[in-house]
Amino acid sequence: MSLHKLTLFELQKQFKAGEVTAAEIVRAYFLRISQVEPKVKAFVTQAKESAFLQAEALDRKLKEWRKTKPLTGMPLAVKDNICTDGVHTTCSSRMLQNFIPPYDATAVAKLRAQEYILLGKTNLDEFAMGSSTENSAFGPSRNPWNLHCVPGGSSGGSAAAVAAEECVAALGSDTGGSIRQPAAFCGVVGLKPTYGRVSRYGLVAFASSLDQIGPITRDVSDAAFLLQAIAGHDPMDSTSVDRSVPDYMKALQKRDLKTLKIGVPVEFFTEGLDPDVELAVRAAIGELKNLGAEIREISLPSTDAAVAVYYVIATAEASSNLARFDGVKFGFRAKETKDLLELYMKTRQEGFGSEVKRRIMLGTYVLSAGYYDAYYGKAQAVRTLVCQDFSAAFKEVDLIVTPATPTPAFKLGEKSEDPLQMYLSDIFTISVNLAGLPAIALPCGFSKGGLPIGLQLIGRAFEEETILQAAHVYEKSTQWRTKSPVVR
Amino acid sequence: MEITQQDVEKVAQLARLAVTPAEKETFAKQLTQILAHVDTLNKYDTTGIEPTATVMGQVNVFRDDLVRPSLPSDKALSNAPEREADGFVVPKILEER
Repeated sequence: MSLHKLTLFELQKQFKAGEVTAAEIVRAYFLRISQVEPKVKAFVTQAKESAFLQAEALDRKLKEWRKTKPLTGMPLAVKDNICTDGVHTTCSSRMLQNFIPPYDATAVAKLRAQEYILLGKTNLDEFAMGSSTENSAFGPSRNPWNLHCVPGGSSGGSAAAVAAEECVAALGSDTGGSIRQPAAFCGVVGLKPTYGRVSRYGLVAFASSLDQIGPITRDVSDAAFLLQAIAGHDPMDSTSVDRSVPDYMKALQKRDLKTLKIGVPVEFFTEGLDPDVELAVRAAIGELKNLGAEIREISLPSTDAAVAVYYVIATAEASSNLARFDGVKFGFRAKETKDLLELYMKTRQEGFGSEVKRRIMLGTYVLSAGYYDAYYGKAQAVRTLVCQDFSAAFKEVDLIVTPATPTPAFKLGEKSEDPLQMYLSDIFTISVNLAGLPAIALPCGFSKGGLPIGLQLIGRAFEEETILQAAHVYEKSTQWRTKSPVVR
Repeated sequence: MEITQQDVEKVAQLARLAVTPAEKETFAKQLTQILAHVDTLNKYDTTGIEPTATVMGQVNVFRDDLVRPSLPSDKALSNAPEREADGFVVPKILEER
Protein backbone atom coordinates (compact mmCIF):
# COMPACT_ATOMS: atom_id res chain seq x y z
CA MET A 1 0.00 0.00 0.00
CA SER A 2 1.23 3.52 -0.79
CA LEU A 3 2.61 5.29 2.25
CA HIS A 4 0.19 8.19 1.93
CA LYS A 5 -2.76 5.81 2.42
CA LEU A 6 -1.68 4.81 5.93
CA THR A 7 -3.12 6.33 9.10
CA LEU A 8 -0.83 8.08 11.55
CA PHE A 9 -1.02 5.08 13.85
CA GLU A 10 -0.14 2.62 11.04
CA LEU A 11 2.65 4.78 9.64
CA GLN A 12 4.12 5.23 13.09
CA LYS A 13 4.17 1.46 13.64
CA GLN A 14 5.99 0.86 10.35
CA PHE A 15 8.46 3.63 11.04
CA LYS A 16 9.13 2.44 14.58
CA ALA A 17 9.82 -1.07 13.28
CA GLY A 18 12.36 0.36 10.81
CA GLU A 19 10.34 -0.78 7.77
CA VAL A 20 10.40 2.69 6.27
CA THR A 21 12.76 5.68 6.59
CA ALA A 22 11.79 9.27 7.27
CA ALA A 23 13.20 10.29 3.90
CA GLU A 24 10.98 7.72 2.16
CA ILE A 25 7.95 9.07 3.99
CA VAL A 26 8.73 12.67 3.07
CA ARG A 27 9.42 11.71 -0.54
CA ALA A 28 6.12 9.82 -0.80
CA TYR A 29 4.18 12.77 0.62
CA PHE A 30 5.74 15.41 -1.59
CA LEU A 31 5.06 13.18 -4.60
CA ARG A 32 1.42 12.99 -3.51
CA ILE A 33 1.35 16.75 -2.91
CA SER A 34 2.74 17.41 -6.40
CA GLN A 35 -0.08 15.30 -7.86
CA VAL A 36 -3.13 16.69 -6.05
CA GLU A 37 -2.14 20.10 -4.65
CA PRO A 38 -2.63 21.99 -7.95
CA LYS A 39 -6.31 21.01 -7.67
CA VAL A 40 -6.88 21.06 -3.90
CA LYS A 41 -4.76 24.10 -2.95
CA ALA A 42 -4.63 23.11 0.70
CA PHE A 43 -1.28 24.73 1.50
CA VAL A 44 -0.18 28.34 1.83
CA THR A 45 3.45 27.31 2.36
CA GLN A 46 5.15 24.02 1.61
CA ALA A 47 8.19 23.30 3.76
CA LYS A 48 9.80 20.89 1.32
CA GLU A 49 13.44 21.75 1.87
CA SER A 50 13.30 21.75 5.66
CA ALA A 51 11.20 18.56 5.67
CA PHE A 52 13.86 16.68 3.68
CA LEU A 53 16.66 18.07 5.86
CA GLN A 54 14.79 17.02 8.99
CA ALA A 55 14.07 13.57 7.59
CA GLU A 56 17.68 12.95 6.59
CA ALA A 57 18.93 14.11 9.98
CA LEU A 58 16.45 11.80 11.70
CA ASP A 59 17.45 8.82 9.58
CA ARG A 60 21.13 9.43 10.32
CA LYS A 61 20.47 9.71 14.02
CA LEU A 62 18.29 6.60 14.12
CA LYS A 63 20.96 4.57 12.32
CA GLU A 64 23.18 5.11 15.33
CA TRP A 65 20.56 4.44 17.96
CA ARG A 66 17.01 3.39 17.09
CA LYS A 67 14.96 5.17 19.72
CA THR A 68 11.76 6.88 18.60
CA LYS A 69 9.12 9.06 20.15
CA PRO A 70 5.40 8.72 19.29
CA LEU A 71 5.57 11.26 16.44
CA THR A 72 9.14 10.75 15.25
CA GLY A 73 9.26 11.12 11.46
CA MET A 74 5.49 11.73 11.16
CA PRO A 75 4.58 14.11 8.32
CA LEU A 76 2.08 16.67 9.61
CA ALA A 77 0.59 19.94 8.38
CA VAL A 78 -0.20 22.91 10.60
CA LYS A 79 -2.89 25.54 10.08
CA ASP A 80 -1.31 28.82 9.09
CA ASN A 81 -2.52 30.72 12.15
CA ILE A 82 -0.32 28.63 14.47
CA CYS A 83 3.21 29.99 14.86
CA THR A 84 6.11 27.91 13.55
CA ASP A 85 9.60 29.15 14.37
CA GLY A 86 11.35 30.20 11.16
CA VAL A 87 8.45 29.19 8.87
CA HIS A 88 6.02 31.80 7.47
CA THR A 89 2.75 32.11 9.42
CA THR A 90 0.42 34.25 7.35
CA CYS A 91 -3.09 33.67 8.77
CA SER A 92 -3.95 33.77 5.03
CA SER A 93 -3.81 37.55 5.35
CA ARG A 94 -1.97 40.20 3.42
CA MET A 95 -1.27 41.67 6.85
CA LEU A 96 1.06 38.77 7.75
CA GLN A 97 2.15 37.69 4.26
CA ASN A 98 5.84 38.09 5.15
CA PHE A 99 5.65 37.28 8.86
CA ILE A 100 8.16 34.69 10.10
CA PRO A 101 7.54 33.91 13.78
CA PRO A 102 10.62 33.97 16.01
CA TYR A 103 9.11 31.20 18.19
CA ASP A 104 6.94 28.07 18.11
CA ALA A 105 3.40 27.86 19.42
CA THR A 106 3.37 25.51 22.43
CA ALA A 107 1.38 22.89 20.48
CA VAL A 108 4.01 23.01 17.73
CA ALA A 109 6.89 22.95 20.25
CA LYS A 110 5.37 19.75 21.66
CA LEU A 111 5.25 18.19 18.18
CA ARG A 112 8.82 19.31 17.56
CA ALA A 113 9.95 17.77 20.85
CA GLN A 114 8.52 14.51 19.50
CA GLU A 115 10.51 14.92 16.26
CA TYR A 116 7.56 15.39 13.87
CA ILE A 117 8.15 16.62 10.33
CA LEU A 118 6.38 19.77 9.17
CA LEU A 119 5.23 19.38 5.55
CA GLY A 120 3.68 22.82 5.35
CA LYS A 121 1.23 25.42 6.56
CA THR A 122 -2.38 25.09 5.52
CA ASN A 123 -4.85 27.60 4.15
CA LEU A 124 -7.65 29.18 6.20
CA ASP A 125 -10.18 31.96 6.05
CA GLU A 126 -8.25 35.12 6.86
CA PHE A 127 -7.50 35.14 10.61
CA ALA A 128 -9.80 32.07 10.91
CA MET A 129 -12.85 34.21 10.15
CA GLY A 130 -15.09 32.24 7.85
CA SER A 131 -16.60 28.87 7.03
CA SER A 132 -15.27 28.09 3.54
CA THR A 133 -11.63 29.31 3.11
CA GLU A 134 -13.02 31.71 0.52
CA ASN A 135 -11.85 34.56 2.75
CA SER A 136 -8.19 33.58 2.31
CA ALA A 137 -6.11 36.39 0.79
CA PHE A 138 -4.35 33.69 -1.25
CA GLY A 139 -7.42 32.09 -2.82
CA PRO A 140 -9.75 29.30 -1.65
CA SER A 141 -8.92 25.64 -1.07
CA ARG A 142 -11.13 22.99 -2.71
CA ASN A 143 -13.04 20.04 -1.37
CA PRO A 144 -11.21 16.85 -2.46
CA TRP A 145 -14.58 15.07 -2.86
CA ASN A 146 -15.81 17.68 -5.34
CA LEU A 147 -13.53 20.47 -6.49
CA HIS A 148 -16.49 22.81 -7.12
CA CYS A 149 -17.34 22.68 -3.42
CA VAL A 150 -15.70 24.41 -0.47
CA PRO A 151 -13.72 22.33 2.02
CA GLY A 152 -15.37 24.26 4.86
CA GLY A 153 -13.56 26.57 7.19
CA SER A 154 -11.83 28.08 8.70
CA SER A 155 -9.42 25.08 8.96
CA GLY A 156 -10.37 24.11 5.38
CA GLY A 157 -6.78 23.69 4.22
CA SER A 158 -5.98 21.26 7.06
CA ALA A 159 -9.14 19.19 6.45
CA ALA A 160 -8.62 19.14 2.68
CA ALA A 161 -4.95 18.16 3.09
CA VAL A 162 -5.87 15.24 5.37
CA ALA A 163 -8.73 14.10 3.08
CA ALA A 164 -6.57 14.36 -0.06
CA GLU A 165 -3.78 12.44 1.72
CA GLU A 166 -1.32 15.32 1.44
CA CYS A 167 -0.31 14.85 5.09
CA VAL A 168 -0.97 12.07 7.57
CA ALA A 169 -2.71 14.41 10.02
CA ALA A 170 -2.94 18.13 10.73
CA LEU A 171 -3.54 20.74 13.40
CA GLY A 172 -6.48 23.10 13.11
CA SER A 173 -8.10 25.67 15.36
CA ASP A 174 -11.76 25.92 16.32
CA THR A 175 -13.48 29.12 17.47
CA GLY A 176 -17.03 28.40 16.30
CA GLY A 177 -16.66 25.09 14.48
CA SER A 178 -13.52 25.71 12.44
CA ILE A 179 -12.16 22.19 13.03
CA ARG A 180 -15.43 20.22 13.04
CA GLN A 181 -17.25 21.84 10.10
CA PRO A 182 -14.38 21.37 7.59
CA ALA A 183 -13.74 17.85 8.94
CA ALA A 184 -17.43 17.05 8.29
CA PHE A 185 -17.32 18.61 4.81
CA CYS A 186 -14.15 16.68 3.87
CA GLY A 187 -15.08 13.32 5.43
CA VAL A 188 -12.33 13.24 8.07
CA VAL A 189 -12.19 13.36 11.86
CA GLY A 190 -11.87 16.68 13.70
CA LEU A 191 -11.65 17.12 17.45
CA LYS A 192 -12.14 20.37 19.33
CA PRO A 193 -10.75 19.82 22.83
CA THR A 194 -12.19 21.36 26.00
CA TYR A 195 -11.32 25.06 26.36
CA GLY A 196 -8.03 25.07 28.29
CA ARG A 197 -7.01 21.50 27.41
CA VAL A 198 -4.49 22.62 24.75
CA SER A 199 -2.34 25.74 25.11
CA ARG A 200 -3.26 28.69 22.89
CA TYR A 201 0.21 30.21 23.19
CA GLY A 202 1.36 30.99 19.66
CA LEU A 203 -2.08 30.58 18.13
CA VAL A 204 -2.78 33.97 16.53
CA ALA A 205 -5.71 35.13 18.65
CA PHE A 206 -9.16 35.58 17.09
CA ALA A 207 -11.62 35.21 19.99
CA SER A 208 -9.62 34.37 23.09
CA SER A 209 -12.49 32.96 25.18
CA LEU A 210 -13.46 30.52 22.39
CA ASP A 211 -10.31 29.56 20.43
CA GLN A 212 -8.86 26.07 20.84
CA ILE A 213 -6.25 24.07 18.85
CA GLY A 214 -7.09 20.47 17.94
CA PRO A 215 -6.31 17.55 15.61
CA ILE A 216 -7.75 16.79 12.15
CA THR A 217 -7.07 13.15 11.24
CA ARG A 218 -8.01 10.15 9.08
CA ASP A 219 -9.65 8.27 11.96
CA VAL A 220 -10.57 8.46 15.63
CA SER A 221 -7.52 6.71 17.06
CA ASP A 222 -5.27 9.17 15.19
CA ALA A 223 -7.21 12.02 16.82
CA ALA A 224 -6.56 10.46 20.24
CA PHE A 225 -2.90 9.97 19.35
CA LEU A 226 -2.39 13.57 18.25
CA LEU A 227 -4.41 15.05 21.12
CA GLN A 228 -2.12 13.13 23.49
CA ALA A 229 0.86 14.95 21.98
CA ILE A 230 -0.51 18.49 22.28
CA ALA A 231 -2.67 18.45 25.44
CA GLY A 232 -1.56 19.78 28.81
CA HIS A 233 -1.06 22.81 30.99
CA ASP A 234 1.20 25.60 29.80
CA PRO A 235 2.36 28.47 32.01
CA MET A 236 2.53 30.61 28.84
CA ASP A 237 -1.28 30.44 28.48
CA SER A 238 -3.00 31.51 31.68
CA THR A 239 -6.29 30.03 30.45
CA SER A 240 -4.81 26.59 29.94
CA VAL A 241 -5.96 24.31 32.74
CA ASP A 242 -3.62 22.60 35.18
CA ARG A 243 -5.08 19.13 35.11
CA SER A 244 -3.42 15.81 34.36
CA VAL A 245 -3.74 14.45 30.82
CA PRO A 246 -5.30 10.98 30.68
CA ASP A 247 -4.11 8.19 28.39
CA TYR A 248 -6.44 8.79 25.44
CA MET A 249 -5.40 5.63 23.58
CA LYS A 250 -6.58 3.58 26.57
CA ALA A 251 -10.07 5.01 26.07
CA LEU A 252 -10.20 3.24 22.73
CA GLN A 253 -10.13 -0.27 24.17
CA LYS A 254 -13.89 -0.45 24.75
CA ARG A 255 -15.85 -2.61 22.31
CA ASP A 256 -19.46 -1.48 22.98
CA LEU A 257 -21.38 1.47 24.35
CA LYS A 258 -23.25 -0.27 27.19
CA THR A 259 -23.83 2.00 30.23
CA LEU A 260 -23.52 5.10 28.00
CA LYS A 261 -26.47 7.52 27.84
CA ILE A 262 -26.56 9.64 24.69
CA GLY A 263 -28.86 12.64 24.28
CA VAL A 264 -30.45 13.80 21.03
CA PRO A 265 -31.37 17.50 21.24
CA VAL A 266 -34.71 18.16 19.51
CA GLU A 267 -33.64 21.70 18.56
CA PHE A 268 -31.04 20.32 16.12
CA PHE A 269 -33.59 18.47 14.01
CA THR A 270 -35.70 21.32 12.67
CA GLU A 271 -36.25 23.18 9.42
CA GLY A 272 -33.09 23.97 7.50
CA LEU A 273 -31.63 20.53 8.14
CA ASP A 274 -30.79 18.90 4.81
CA PRO A 275 -32.80 15.65 4.33
CA ASP A 276 -29.70 13.62 3.40
CA VAL A 277 -27.95 14.85 6.55
CA GLU A 278 -30.98 14.03 8.70
CA LEU A 279 -31.21 10.52 7.21
CA ALA A 280 -27.51 9.77 7.79
CA VAL A 281 -27.52 11.17 11.34
CA ARG A 282 -30.73 9.30 12.30
CA ALA A 283 -29.13 6.10 10.98
CA ALA A 284 -26.00 6.80 13.01
CA ILE A 285 -28.10 7.32 16.14
CA GLY A 286 -29.74 3.95 15.41
CA GLU A 287 -26.29 2.39 15.17
CA LEU A 288 -25.21 3.94 18.50
CA LYS A 289 -28.30 2.32 20.01
CA ASN A 290 -27.45 -1.05 18.44
CA LEU A 291 -24.01 -0.73 20.00
CA GLY A 292 -25.60 -0.61 23.43
CA ALA A 293 -26.07 3.10 24.15
CA GLU A 294 -29.26 4.34 25.73
CA ILE A 295 -30.67 7.08 23.48
CA ARG A 296 -32.70 9.87 25.10
CA GLU A 297 -34.39 12.87 23.62
CA ILE A 298 -33.19 16.05 25.32
CA SER A 299 -33.68 19.80 24.94
CA LEU A 300 -31.16 22.63 24.59
CA PRO A 301 -33.66 25.51 24.54
CA SER A 302 -31.16 28.32 23.84
CA THR A 303 -29.76 26.70 20.66
CA ASP A 304 -31.41 29.36 18.52
CA ALA A 305 -29.45 32.09 20.30
CA ALA A 306 -26.01 30.62 19.70
CA VAL A 307 -25.18 32.27 16.38
CA ALA A 308 -26.23 35.73 17.58
CA VAL A 309 -24.34 35.36 20.88
CA TYR A 310 -21.29 34.15 19.01
CA TYR A 311 -21.19 36.98 16.49
CA VAL A 312 -21.28 39.54 19.28
CA ILE A 313 -18.71 37.90 21.56
CA ALA A 314 -16.34 36.62 18.87
CA THR A 315 -16.29 39.93 17.00
CA ALA A 316 -15.90 41.95 20.20
CA GLU A 317 -12.88 39.87 21.19
CA ALA A 318 -11.53 39.97 17.63
CA SER A 319 -11.77 43.75 17.44
CA SER A 320 -9.47 44.09 20.43
CA ASN A 321 -7.17 41.18 19.50
CA LEU A 322 -6.63 42.55 16.00
CA ALA A 323 -5.79 46.02 17.30
CA ARG A 324 -2.17 44.80 17.42
CA PHE A 325 -1.96 44.87 13.62
CA ASP A 326 -0.99 48.51 13.28
CA GLY A 327 2.01 48.40 10.97
CA VAL A 328 4.54 49.19 13.70
CA LYS A 329 6.21 46.09 15.13
CA PHE A 330 5.53 43.36 12.58
CA GLY A 331 3.43 42.61 9.54
CA PHE A 332 2.31 44.82 6.69
CA ARG A 333 2.79 48.62 6.73
CA ALA A 334 1.13 51.02 4.29
CA LYS A 335 3.51 53.23 2.35
CA GLU A 336 3.79 57.02 2.31
CA THR A 337 1.70 57.99 5.29
CA LYS A 338 2.08 61.46 6.75
CA ASP A 339 1.57 60.71 10.43
CA LEU A 340 1.01 57.85 12.86
CA LEU A 341 -2.78 57.96 12.70
CA GLU A 342 -2.77 57.70 8.94
CA LEU A 343 -0.22 54.89 9.19
CA TYR A 344 -2.65 52.92 11.39
CA MET A 345 -5.72 53.64 9.31
CA LYS A 346 -4.19 52.87 5.92
CA THR A 347 -2.19 49.85 7.09
CA ARG A 348 -5.39 48.27 8.39
CA GLN A 349 -7.39 49.26 5.32
CA GLU A 350 -4.86 47.74 2.93
CA GLY A 351 -3.80 44.79 5.08
CA PHE A 352 -7.17 43.28 6.06
CA GLY A 353 -9.73 41.63 3.77
CA SER A 354 -13.41 42.47 3.81
CA GLU A 355 -14.67 39.78 6.24
CA VAL A 356 -12.02 40.72 8.80
CA LYS A 357 -12.94 44.39 8.45
CA ARG A 358 -16.63 43.56 8.81
CA ARG A 359 -15.96 41.69 12.05
CA ILE A 360 -13.68 44.41 13.43
CA MET A 361 -16.45 46.92 12.68
CA LEU A 362 -19.16 44.78 14.27
CA GLY A 363 -17.00 44.07 17.33
CA THR A 364 -16.08 47.72 17.75
CA TYR A 365 -19.74 48.70 17.43
CA VAL A 366 -21.03 46.26 20.07
CA LEU A 367 -18.32 47.42 22.50
CA SER A 368 -18.83 51.13 21.87
CA ALA A 369 -20.32 53.54 24.41
CA GLY A 370 -24.11 53.35 24.42
CA TYR A 371 -24.33 49.86 22.89
CA TYR A 372 -22.14 47.82 25.23
CA ASP A 373 -24.93 46.71 27.57
CA ALA A 374 -27.51 46.19 24.85
CA TYR A 375 -25.27 43.95 22.76
CA TYR A 376 -22.14 42.74 24.55
CA GLY A 377 -23.71 42.51 28.00
CA LYS A 378 -26.81 40.83 26.63
CA ALA A 379 -24.77 38.31 24.62
CA GLN A 380 -22.68 37.40 27.67
CA ALA A 381 -25.85 36.82 29.70
CA VAL A 382 -27.40 34.63 27.00
CA ARG A 383 -24.06 32.79 26.83
CA THR A 384 -24.73 31.82 30.45
CA LEU A 385 -28.11 30.37 29.37
CA VAL A 386 -26.38 28.32 26.66
CA CYS A 387 -23.92 26.96 29.27
CA GLN A 388 -26.79 26.19 31.67
CA ASP A 389 -28.59 24.21 28.93
CA PHE A 390 -25.57 21.95 28.57
CA SER A 391 -25.06 21.55 32.35
CA ALA A 392 -28.69 20.49 32.72
CA ALA A 393 -28.45 18.06 29.78
CA PHE A 394 -25.25 16.49 31.12
CA LYS A 395 -27.03 15.64 34.37
CA GLU A 396 -29.21 13.32 32.24
CA VAL A 397 -26.79 12.03 29.60
CA ASP A 398 -23.05 11.35 29.11
CA LEU A 399 -22.83 12.50 25.50
CA ILE A 400 -24.87 14.56 23.06
CA VAL A 401 -25.16 13.54 19.41
CA THR A 402 -26.04 16.00 16.62
CA PRO A 403 -25.37 16.60 12.95
CA ALA A 404 -22.04 18.47 12.63
CA THR A 405 -23.47 20.78 9.96
CA PRO A 406 -26.98 21.47 8.61
CA THR A 407 -25.93 20.66 5.01
CA PRO A 408 -23.06 18.91 3.20
CA ALA A 409 -20.35 21.11 1.61
CA PHE A 410 -21.77 23.99 -0.41
CA LYS A 411 -20.47 25.30 -3.72
CA LEU A 412 -17.78 27.96 -3.98
CA GLY A 413 -19.39 31.38 -4.24
CA GLU A 414 -22.77 30.14 -3.01
CA LYS A 415 -22.71 32.07 0.27
CA SER A 416 -19.79 34.44 -0.12
CA GLU A 417 -22.00 37.46 -0.88
CA ASP A 418 -24.24 36.96 2.16
CA PRO A 419 -22.34 37.08 5.45
CA LEU A 420 -25.37 36.24 7.62
CA GLN A 421 -26.14 33.04 5.64
CA MET A 422 -22.48 32.07 5.97
CA TYR A 423 -22.63 32.67 9.74
CA LEU A 424 -25.79 30.57 10.07
CA SER A 425 -24.01 27.56 8.49
CA ASP A 426 -22.12 27.19 11.80
CA ILE A 427 -25.30 26.84 13.83
CA PHE A 428 -24.60 23.28 15.10
CA THR A 429 -21.00 23.81 16.18
CA ILE A 430 -21.03 27.27 17.77
CA SER A 431 -22.78 26.54 21.08
CA VAL A 432 -20.03 24.04 21.97
CA ASN A 433 -17.43 26.83 21.88
CA LEU A 434 -19.63 29.16 23.91
CA ALA A 435 -19.77 26.49 26.64
CA GLY A 436 -16.08 25.50 26.25
CA LEU A 437 -16.95 21.81 25.76
CA PRO A 438 -15.08 19.13 23.80
CA ALA A 439 -16.66 17.75 20.61
CA ILE A 440 -15.70 15.57 17.68
CA ALA A 441 -16.93 15.44 14.10
CA LEU A 442 -16.61 12.16 12.22
CA PRO A 443 -17.99 10.72 8.97
CA CYS A 444 -21.44 9.09 9.14
CA GLY A 445 -22.48 8.81 5.50
CA PHE A 446 -22.75 10.53 2.14
CA SER A 447 -25.29 12.75 0.44
CA LYS A 448 -26.96 11.68 -2.80
CA GLY A 449 -24.43 13.92 -4.53
CA GLY A 450 -21.54 11.95 -3.01
CA LEU A 451 -20.45 14.49 -0.40
CA PRO A 452 -19.46 13.40 3.12
CA ILE A 453 -21.79 13.96 6.07
CA GLY A 454 -20.49 14.51 9.60
CA LEU A 455 -21.76 13.38 12.97
CA GLN A 456 -20.98 15.46 16.06
CA LEU A 457 -20.50 14.03 19.55
CA ILE A 458 -20.33 16.55 22.40
CA GLY A 459 -19.03 15.63 25.86
CA ARG A 460 -18.69 17.10 29.34
CA ALA A 461 -15.73 19.40 29.94
CA PHE A 462 -12.47 17.36 30.04
CA GLU A 463 -14.23 14.14 29.06
CA GLU A 464 -12.55 13.76 25.68
CA GLU A 465 -12.11 10.07 26.56
CA THR A 466 -15.86 9.42 26.48
CA ILE A 467 -16.17 11.15 23.11
CA LEU A 468 -13.23 9.27 21.63
CA GLN A 469 -14.48 5.98 22.99
CA ALA A 470 -17.97 6.34 21.51
CA ALA A 471 -16.64 7.71 18.22
CA HIS A 472 -14.16 4.86 17.96
CA VAL A 473 -16.74 2.13 18.60
CA TYR A 474 -19.09 3.74 16.05
CA GLU A 475 -16.31 4.10 13.47
CA LYS A 476 -15.32 0.43 13.84
CA SER A 477 -18.91 -0.72 13.33
CA THR A 478 -19.38 1.24 10.08
CA GLN A 479 -17.62 1.45 6.72
CA TRP A 480 -17.39 5.24 6.30
CA ARG A 481 -13.75 5.39 7.34
CA THR A 482 -12.65 3.15 4.47
CA LYS A 483 -13.83 5.58 1.77
CA SER A 484 -11.44 8.16 0.36
CA PRO A 485 -11.92 10.74 -2.37
CA VAL A 486 -10.58 10.46 -5.91
CA VAL A 487 -9.24 13.95 -6.58
CA ARG A 488 -10.18 15.03 -10.10
CA MET B 1 -31.77 49.21 14.35
CA GLU B 2 -30.65 50.96 11.17
CA ILE B 3 -26.88 51.49 10.94
CA THR B 4 -26.19 54.63 8.92
CA GLN B 5 -23.09 55.49 6.93
CA GLN B 6 -22.31 58.08 9.62
CA ASP B 7 -22.36 55.28 12.23
CA VAL B 8 -19.99 53.26 10.06
CA GLU B 9 -17.67 56.22 9.75
CA LYS B 10 -17.60 56.76 13.51
CA VAL B 11 -16.97 53.08 14.27
CA ALA B 12 -14.27 52.88 11.58
CA GLN B 13 -12.55 55.83 13.24
CA LEU B 14 -12.69 54.06 16.62
CA ALA B 15 -11.27 50.90 15.00
CA ARG B 16 -8.52 52.90 13.25
CA LEU B 17 -9.69 51.55 9.92
CA ALA B 18 -9.92 53.73 6.82
CA VAL B 19 -13.00 52.92 4.74
CA THR B 20 -13.92 53.85 1.18
CA PRO B 21 -17.35 55.33 0.31
CA ALA B 22 -18.31 51.97 -1.24
CA GLU B 23 -17.32 50.13 1.95
CA LYS B 24 -19.35 52.59 4.02
CA GLU B 25 -22.43 51.73 2.03
CA THR B 26 -21.90 47.95 2.13
CA PHE B 27 -21.01 47.84 5.82
CA ALA B 28 -24.03 49.97 6.74
CA LYS B 29 -26.31 47.49 4.97
CA GLN B 30 -24.60 44.35 6.25
CA LEU B 31 -24.23 45.52 9.85
CA THR B 32 -27.91 46.48 9.90
CA GLN B 33 -28.80 42.98 8.72
CA ILE B 34 -26.49 41.20 11.18
CA LEU B 35 -27.59 43.34 14.13
CA ALA B 36 -31.24 42.62 13.27
CA HIS B 37 -30.38 38.96 13.80
CA VAL B 38 -28.56 39.80 17.05
CA ASP B 39 -31.69 41.60 18.25
CA THR B 40 -33.43 38.21 18.42
CA LEU B 41 -31.52 37.79 21.70
CA ASN B 42 -34.04 40.13 23.30
CA LYS B 43 -36.57 37.32 23.41
CA TYR B 44 -34.40 35.66 26.07
CA ASP B 45 -35.12 36.86 29.59
CA THR B 46 -31.76 37.43 31.28
CA THR B 47 -32.94 39.20 34.43
CA GLY B 48 -30.64 38.18 37.26
CA ILE B 49 -28.42 36.06 34.98
CA GLU B 50 -24.68 36.54 35.54
CA PRO B 51 -22.75 37.24 32.31
CA THR B 52 -20.19 34.63 31.16
CA ALA B 53 -16.84 36.06 30.05
CA THR B 54 -14.87 32.84 30.23
CA VAL B 55 -15.93 29.29 30.98
CA MET B 56 -13.25 27.74 33.19
CA GLY B 57 -13.56 30.41 35.83
CA GLN B 58 -9.86 31.06 36.42
CA VAL B 59 -9.06 34.42 37.97
CA ASN B 60 -5.71 36.12 38.38
CA VAL B 61 -3.28 33.38 37.44
CA PHE B 62 -0.03 34.48 39.05
CA ARG B 63 3.55 33.36 38.55
CA ASP B 64 6.76 34.17 40.36
CA ASP B 65 8.48 37.29 39.14
CA LEU B 66 11.71 35.66 37.99
CA VAL B 67 14.28 36.79 35.47
CA ARG B 68 14.22 34.32 32.59
CA PRO B 69 15.71 34.23 29.11
CA SER B 70 13.56 36.06 26.58
CA LEU B 71 13.70 36.83 22.86
CA PRO B 72 16.92 38.69 22.03
CA SER B 73 16.10 42.15 20.66
CA ASP B 74 17.46 41.32 17.23
CA LYS B 75 15.00 38.42 16.90
CA ALA B 76 12.17 40.52 18.31
CA LEU B 77 12.90 43.19 15.71
CA SER B 78 13.26 40.71 12.86
CA ASN B 79 9.75 41.33 11.50
CA ALA B 80 9.79 45.12 11.89
CA PRO B 81 8.50 46.98 8.82
CA GLU B 82 11.15 49.62 9.55
CA ARG B 83 13.83 49.64 12.22
CA GLU B 84 16.79 51.63 13.34
CA ALA B 85 19.33 50.20 15.79
CA ASP B 86 17.25 48.61 18.57
CA GLY B 87 13.99 50.39 17.81
CA PHE B 88 10.94 50.48 15.56
CA VAL B 89 10.68 53.51 13.28
CA VAL B 90 7.30 55.25 12.97
CA PRO B 91 6.24 58.54 11.36
CA LYS B 92 6.38 61.62 13.55
CA ILE B 93 3.73 61.84 16.25
CA LEU B 94 4.02 65.49 17.29
CA GLU B 95 2.74 68.24 15.04
CA GLU B 96 5.14 71.00 14.05
CA ARG B 97 4.15 74.48 15.17
